[in-house]
Amino acid sequence: MTSRPHGGRLINRVVSGRRRELLLEEAKELTKITLNRDWATDLVNIAGGVFSPLEGFMVQEELMGVLYDMRLPSDLPWTIPIVLDVSPEEISGVEEGDDVALVSESGLILGLLHVEEIYGYDKKEFAERVFKTRDANHPGVARTYAMKELLVGGKIDLLNEPENKFYKYTLYPAETRVLFREKGWRTIVGFQTRNAPHLGHEYIQKTALAFVDGLFINPLIGKKKKGDFKDEVILAAYEALIKNYYPKNSVVMAILRTWMRYAGPREAIFHAIIRKNFGCTHFIVGRDHAGVGNYYGPYEAQEIFSEFPDLGITPLFFREFFYCKKCGGIVNERICPHSQEYRIVFSGTKIREMLMRGERPPDYMMRPEVADVILKWDNPFVE
Amino acid sequence: MPVDEEVSEKKLSRRKFTTVSIPITLYNRIKNLIQGTGFTSVSDYVTYVLREVVAMHEAERSEEPFTPEDVERIKEKLRALGYLD
Ligand SMILES: [Zn+2]
Repeated sequence: MTSRPHGGRLINRVVSGRRRELLLEEAKELTKITLNRDWATDLVNIAGGVFSPLEGFMVQEELMGVLYDMRLPSDLPWTIPIVLDVSPEEISGVEEGDDVALVSESGLILGLLHVEEIYGYDKKEFAERVFKTRDANHPGVARTYAMKELLVGGKIDLLNEPENKFYKYTLYPAETRVLFREKGWRTIVGFQTRNAPHLGHEYIQKTALAFVDGLFINPLIGKKKKGDFKDEVILAAYEALIKNYYPKNSVVMAILRTWMRYAGPREAIFHAIIRKNFGCTHFIVGRDHAGVGNYYGPYEAQEIFSEFPDLGITPLFFREFFYCKKCGGIVNERICPHSQEYRIVFSGTKIREMLMRGERPPDYMMRPEVADVILKWDNPFVE
Repeated sequence: MPVDEEVSEKKLSRRKFTTVSIPITLYNRIKNLIQGTGFTSVSDYVTYVLREVVAMHEAERSEEPFTPEDVERIKEKLRALGYLD
């Protein structure tokens, strides 16, 4: 029966009914803190149990545990800070014990924060611990340096969902768990992606699927870099792949609303914990998972798992697949003995360039049905 | 007890420690076992092994906290979204 949620129970801080109405009324009078789109997804993920066992934005003791020991005060593994930054002006007059309203950029009241602690932090130390560098060219570090001066921690309540144009693909962990059970799946492998699928991805997924009951494809939807595939393109491309190349009843696809931290190894653990909460028993970790530039070794995000014997989800480590002319198929270095001259690697950049020119990549790189779906967009990439 | 134990703990750690007694024979056995491995102290090893075992025992105890009504409501949404027939 699926995986146990991280910490033993799924958090649910979504308020409904009469209590919601009362709290919404109360919120009008409170100090307001505006959450940008990414921070709003953190709020939703906490409330919906995606980040179980977190019940709010981290207080200092939690943050320190995460930064220095990669664990929460309860000893549970946790590697990425989930914090809310504020300026002194924004929070002036607010004291520990007060409630504040969390609002979206368009002014919608999203929820409440029960302020437990307002505290300062050292950005350079934060960056060094999470990203293993203080280099401001690293996108995660740059983002850390741009954060406001103070952090505010405490439990949250969700009153309104932020705008979500992918409602059809949005499931909470309680829902995926029921779904997996209804399908009769006992073992489920989670796949993290922020790309339209080429055959390298498909072979990794299918190799894993050969040993478990179901595959959970969980594209990360949210802020991306220029030149990345648009969210709607990724979803449509996967629909085409699943429809044409996967056995019926072997795949579920739902989105993960969050943002890339580019924290490499630490983020791989974070991604695994999230999929554990969704009910996965296994999680695929490939080459340079959640990496950027050359900040992390190609398999560092796999090695870090040896520090967490109590993670509660089994990582499946993969080497990259490529096409080998001598083998006459798609293989990886674990199963192909041939030299580089026979190998054609799946270059994301090359595939993107072909699609940009309106060309179908060769069918040993990308399924024609997938390429055709992508080519329906005038520009399938983030501008 | 040996004093070289916690010296090897990562200096950056903010973790607080407490003492648990184990037989000295077991201590020596572990000390021999971990030579040349990634474990830098008996405490490191014991912590690792205990976490593994404790997590396993915790997992055996967990139950899904859904009431039958929750399940019905969720199944309805899953059908509406096309995830279930
Ligand atoms: Zn070969």
